[in-house]
Amino acid sequence: MTIEIKQHEAAKPIPLNETFEAVDWQEGQPLFAKRIKIFPKRVKGLFRTIKWWFLGVLLGIYYLLPWVRWDRGEFAPDQAVLFDIASRRFYFFDIEIWPQEIIYLVGILAGAAMGLFFVTSLIGRAWCAFGCPQTVWTDLFMFIERRIEGDRNQRIKLDKGSWTFKKIRKRVIKHALWLVVSAGTGGAWAFYFMDAPTLASGLMHLHAPTAAWITVGLLTAMTYVMAGFAREQVCTYMCPYSRFQSAMMDKETWMVSYKADRGEARGKHKRGTTWDNRGHCVDCTQCVAVCPMGIDIRNGMQMECINCGLCADACNNVMSRLDLPSGLIGYDSLSNVERRSRGEAEKPFTLLRVRTFMYLAALSIVASFLVSSFMLRKDVGLSVIRDRNPVFVMLSNGDIRDGYTVKILNKSRSQRTYQLEILGLSDPMLEETGHNTGFQPSLQLTVAPDEVEDFRIYVRQHNSDLHTTQTEVVFRLLDKNGDEAIREGTQFIGPEK
Amino acid sequence: MSEDKRPERDDHTGVETTGHEWDGIKELNNPLPRWWVWSWLVSIVWSIGYWVVMPSWPLLTSYLEGTENYSSRQAVLEEVAAIKERRIQFGGKMLHISYDEIREDDTLYDFATRGGKSAFGLHCAQCHGLGATGAEGIANLNDDDWIWGGSEDEIEATIRYGVRSDHLDTHYSEMPAFTPDVMLSPEEISATANYVLSFTNLGEYSELGENTFADQCSFCHGESGEGMREVGAPKLNDAIWLYGGTLELVTQQIASPRHGVMPQWENRLDEMTIKQLTLYVHSLGGGE
Repeated sequence: MTIEIKQHEAAKPIPLNETFEAVDWQEGQPLFAKRIKIFPKRVKGLFRTIKWWFLGVLLGIYYLLPWVRWDRGEFAPDQAVLFDIASRRFYFFDIEIWPQEIIYLVGILAGAAMGLFFVTSLIGRAWCAFGCPQTVWTDLFMFIERRIEGDRNQRIKLDKGSWTFKKIRKRVIKHALWLVVSAGTGGAWAFYFMDAPTLASGLMHLHAPTAAWITVGLLTAMTYVMAGFAREQVCTYMCPYSRFQSAMMDKETWMVSYKADRGEARGKHKRGTTWDNRGHCVDCTQCVAVCPMGIDIRNGMQMECINCGLCADACNNVMSRLDLPSGLIGYDSLSNVERRSRGEAEKPFTLLRVRTFMYLAALSIVASFLVSSFMLRKDVGLSVIRDRNPVFVMLSNGDIRDGYTVKILNKSRSQRTYQLEILGLSDPMLEETGHNTGFQPSLQLTVAPDEVEDFRIYVRQHNSDLHTTQTEVVFRLLDKNGDEAIREGTQFIGPEK
Repeated sequence: MSEDKRPERDDHTGVETTGHEWDGIKELNNPLPRWWVWSWLVSIVWSIGYWVVMPSWPLLTSYLEGTENYSSRQAVLEEVAAIKERRIQFGGKMLHISYDEIREDDTLYDFATRGGKSAFGLHCAQCHGLGATGAEGIANLNDDDWIWGGSEDEIEATIRYGVRSDHLDTHYSEMPAFTPDVMLSPEEISATANYVLSFTNLGEYSELGENTFADQCSFCHGESGEGMREVGAPKLNDAIWLYGGTLELVTQQIASPRHGVMPQWENRLDEMTIKQLTLYVHSLGGGE
């Protein structure tokens, strides 16, 4: 049998005589579980490459996005993405969201959930594997750790060793670098909520607002603790997703798994001996050594498994050394396991089946609602609240007067004057209180750019012209061309008829 | 055969079960992570520190005050004082300018009417109602009929001195009681009540009524029932009636008039509150 050695493995052959223990496989039943330290081994391969790409792109977006500028004229900030809490606006490039439009956030969250369910039912916990911030930052922290302290064996040795100067130096450098990354992460978070250059300068010169310091401090501490120390404990004990992931999966879901039918019976293999009557798994436990969760994929589907596929990379490297086909660990579905056991052909990856179709349909409904409501949104908003106390007032000449609070949202970036009129009454007269406007058939109301303003409006009507106690009426705003900008229905209430 | 007392072990996970079972589903007794136990212990230690620093245990007659000497009551008092201070800082200038000038400053006017609304709810709503709609014998402040005047200065005077109150400058008026068979005959009273209602086409006109009204009522209420604010005589020729506009109620008011009172507020409210209340009442729609 010829052994093909790939370039990057040539320098350091994979030791096949070591064994590694999975953290979730113990004898005995203690009341409290001591945490078992995990020292994931470095691995190269397809999944690792995908993870590096996700890490680079996602962190790049996270750190750089607040610095992107976007010109919106003089009345709005020029940061492309900004949660402006003080003036209650969310800016995303050309989109500006008002607090009244929080429904979009609900839509985005619902869409994200449906998207997550769709992906999970297709290929398992891909979000956990590649996209989750806990995964991404833990990966980054492990990268730093590996560069300072070395790979798995060196790290174990260093950890077990006494506190020599060398150990202290390495630990100090590692934690210092972690803290630098954490502070950068916390800082970048704050940049999404305030003008980034202003805040950055404020943080440098120590005169940033207290809220910014608290935010940066909290996020720094959280990044440091979660990615540096808590790591897999977050996924196992804190995250609810690992607990209900199986609800989205079915027998057709492709997930990273060990093909037991091909691997078993596992056992050490002596070079040159036959592969007949035994499985392809040589029990090298490389899959356990590289696992960031410290588990053994060969024990089947486990709550701890984040489906990152690093075990597949490790196993494929071993398989190619042994000149066996790759994919002993890889994407596989439960139903394919059954099909192979029955001697049937495997079912190739299919995008649509009932479950994924349902998730996709839900996603499309949410998305089309979001897009269409967004396309139809106007740059003016109107809401009318009728006074409830008093319901109506009789004036000395017998006329009936109702009071309304009219809110006008001017979402444009210029001052606008609208004409307010009321439809549904025979001879209505309107007055804006406190401004000596007097009663007029219609009112001119001016709203500052990007503002919402309240107007107290009185409407009076001859009692003899009211034929019912409650009359349906419509307030409407006309723009400067006299075209209707928006309308809002309400009631005019008078004495009992 | 001795029973096996050891907990059952789940085949799949190798973890012991708690012995609880629901519809065949057994609860695994997974060990707690050690760090979780530590964070629990730390929170207990934290709570002991909290007892020392903050008020905690009740004693027989008082409580453990804690080293910080914190009191939520004191904190509220300080906040109230701070808000009063800010209120003066923000609205103090309205004390020195006219109502028209306040009205020109949108922010100040908004501040005044909102503050007035709050003060109204605290001091006035008990009688006038939260919506200032009044009741029988209590004026509705939303309409355009004013017994003592509806300009800002007149409203302010009413708030300051009250109506039939103990203040020397109070609004005071008293309609004589036209007791039947003593002052006027029942026929004259009935005819007058009808005549009063005929101003708004709700009663029957009669010469007796007109003559009696001219002799007894027009001095204060005006020849055509237009009222007289100087003496607080209400208008009788409009749609608004303080004590009701039916023949029975008008007759009753002639024979045995009722007189409401309103307390003076000059000694009870600060100057800014009086100004805010004035602007608020004026803004209710009937201000002149």
